[in-house]
Amino acid sequence: MKKVIPNFQLYLMLVPVLLFFGVFHYWPMYGVQIAFKRFSAMKGILGSEWVGFEHFERFFHSFYFMRLLLNTIGISLYELAVAFPVPIILALMIHEVGGKRFKKAVQTVTYAPHFLSVVVMVGMLATFLSPTTGVVNHLLSFMGFERISFMTEPGWFKTLFVGSHVWQNAGWSSIIYIAALTAIDPQMHEAAAIDGASRLQRIWHINLPGISSTIVILLILNIGSIMNVGFEKIFLMQNDLNIASSDVFATYVYRSGILGAQYSFAAAVGLFNSIVNLILLVAVNLTARRVSGNSLW
Amino acid sequence: MIHKTRNDKIFDTLNTVILSLILIVVLYPLVFVLSASISNPLLVIRGEVLLFPKDMTLQAYARVFRDGEVLGGFMNTLLYASTGTLINLAMTTMGAYPLSRPNLQGRKVIMLVILMTMFFNGGLIPTYMVVKSIGIINTYWAMVLPGAISVFHLIVMRTFFENIPQELHEAAVIDGSSQIRTLWSVVLPLSLPIMAVMTLFYGVFHWNSFFNGLIYLSDQSKYPLQLIMRDILINSQMQDMMNLADESAVQQQLMGESIKYALIVVTSLPVLALYPLLQRYFVQGVMIGAIKG
Repeated sequence: MKKVIPNFQLYLMLVPVLLFFGVFHYWPMYGVQIAFKRFSAMKGILGSEWVGFEHFERFFHSFYFMRLLLNTIGISLYELAVAFPVPIILALMIHEVGGKRFKKAVQTVTYAPHFLSVVVMVGMLATFLSPTTGVVNHLLSFMGFERISFMTEPGWFKTLFVGSHVWQNAGWSSIIYIAALTAIDPQMHEAAAIDGASRLQRIWHINLPGISSTIVILLILNIGSIMNVGFEKIFLMQNDLNIASSDVFATYVYRSGILGAQYSFAAAVGLFNSIVNLILLVAVNLTARRVSGNSLW
Repeated sequence: MIHKTRNDKIFDTLNTVILSLILIVVLYPLVFVLSASISNPLLVIRGEVLLFPKDMTLQAYARVFRDGEVLGGFMNTLLYASTGTLINLAMTTMGAYPLSRPNLQGRKVIMLVILMTMFFNGGLIPTYMVVKSIGIINTYWAMVLPGAISVFHLIVMRTFFENIPQELHEAAVIDGSSQIRTLWSVVLPLSLPIMAVMTLFYGVFHWNSFFNGLIYLSDQSKYPLQLIMRDILINSQMQDMMNLADESAVQQQLMGESIKYALIVVTSLPVLALYPLLQRYFVQGVMIGAIKG
């Protein structure tokens, strides 16, 4: 065999790998067809009858559709507006620090929360913000404010979601920008300084343009996943009282599909979500290529 | 060097002050959790513990370590994390190595097939149905197989392999070494840094994950630690840890809050303590991925 097929052993290694992608990635893609069928476990995927866009129509006309759409897009845009720029600013600031030890300390500490699990993150939110025993409400009442039941208040949900995301991930996300900043030629700064440019001017005119291609690429990726708001954290933060502002496509798919066993309907909702996402990604990528010359492909 | 003007000095001071504030904001919740976990529960609930522990006690830890569910979850997570990470490493290497060899026919096509899965996927329900129909639902396999390879990590590892000098491969071939042997005794010994990074990324992922357990497992005895923690931390279900007979409802509520803090410390400390030692590798991992990705 070895003589007949060159690289025989390399292909042998790839067999389990391709099997993995076949079973856990391509087979589910094939299974997406149940979104257009009335799936019954007895008849299987192939045997179940076609119903066209019935599930989609039912979904678009349901009471939930607008709420899910507004929440999903609302949370994503909020996150994009706040959580996207913070790591950039943080990286620009860390880059300006002269003292090596202070720099190292800031980096080590701000990266650390990234390693906390979602369960712990939401658990911390719940205990810190508890209206009766949480430290935040103790401080509020100490300063003479009303206690707030943050976790069950629909109006607070999105802010808590985005705020805790920034706390947990801003440091970690800044790594990539810090890496891009170190690649900028220091001679540019020297030349600009001789010409009398101030620190802020140099950051604005040298550092920021220097990392602009990194920013654009990450922006495309972020916008391209607008419909994929973090399911795990939303799911954990969700409760009956805040659901009006926390229900998104992903949690709805989980509820109707896994808990409610409406496989076809839930698959249709999921498919709608991914298609919108894909269209967004392609559109943003195209725009970015036209405007800035940077793109994913 | 650039000469510092007065404005530069103002800038530096401001920058340091703001970064110090950020440092405090990030650090404070972590320190508070630690302090609250070893303080008298009553003082924590009344809001008298703000930074340093008061009236220290290890009661909450005693309860956490005695609890059967938490221990069971811990053992399950150890199992999923160890076997899962081993499978991850083996599978990612078996994908990354062949695809890093320039003379492999069809490597572009195979790479495309793999990359496609980053942008297209069947979604939650069809994936769930596949796991169900191959019969691994509610088994240990459901925790380790569906995520056996992360495409992102595969690309990172492939990039690392590509940077190993060609001459070493050629020398091995001249010596009559087979491809599997070359991988095992030439390439892998040179790849310890990337293997460390991968072990960390995959290991932390398994340690922190609760989602697969949530959808694929129905037996509580198979739940990973994070899923057990969800019930305690977020849904406040911890009757098991209470001495229902000889504790009043108030005492139970008091203890309940302390148990939450202790549990957060116990489950997060292993990762957070390891991380500064291994920070260099983590950051390297992100960089390699960023350059290529």
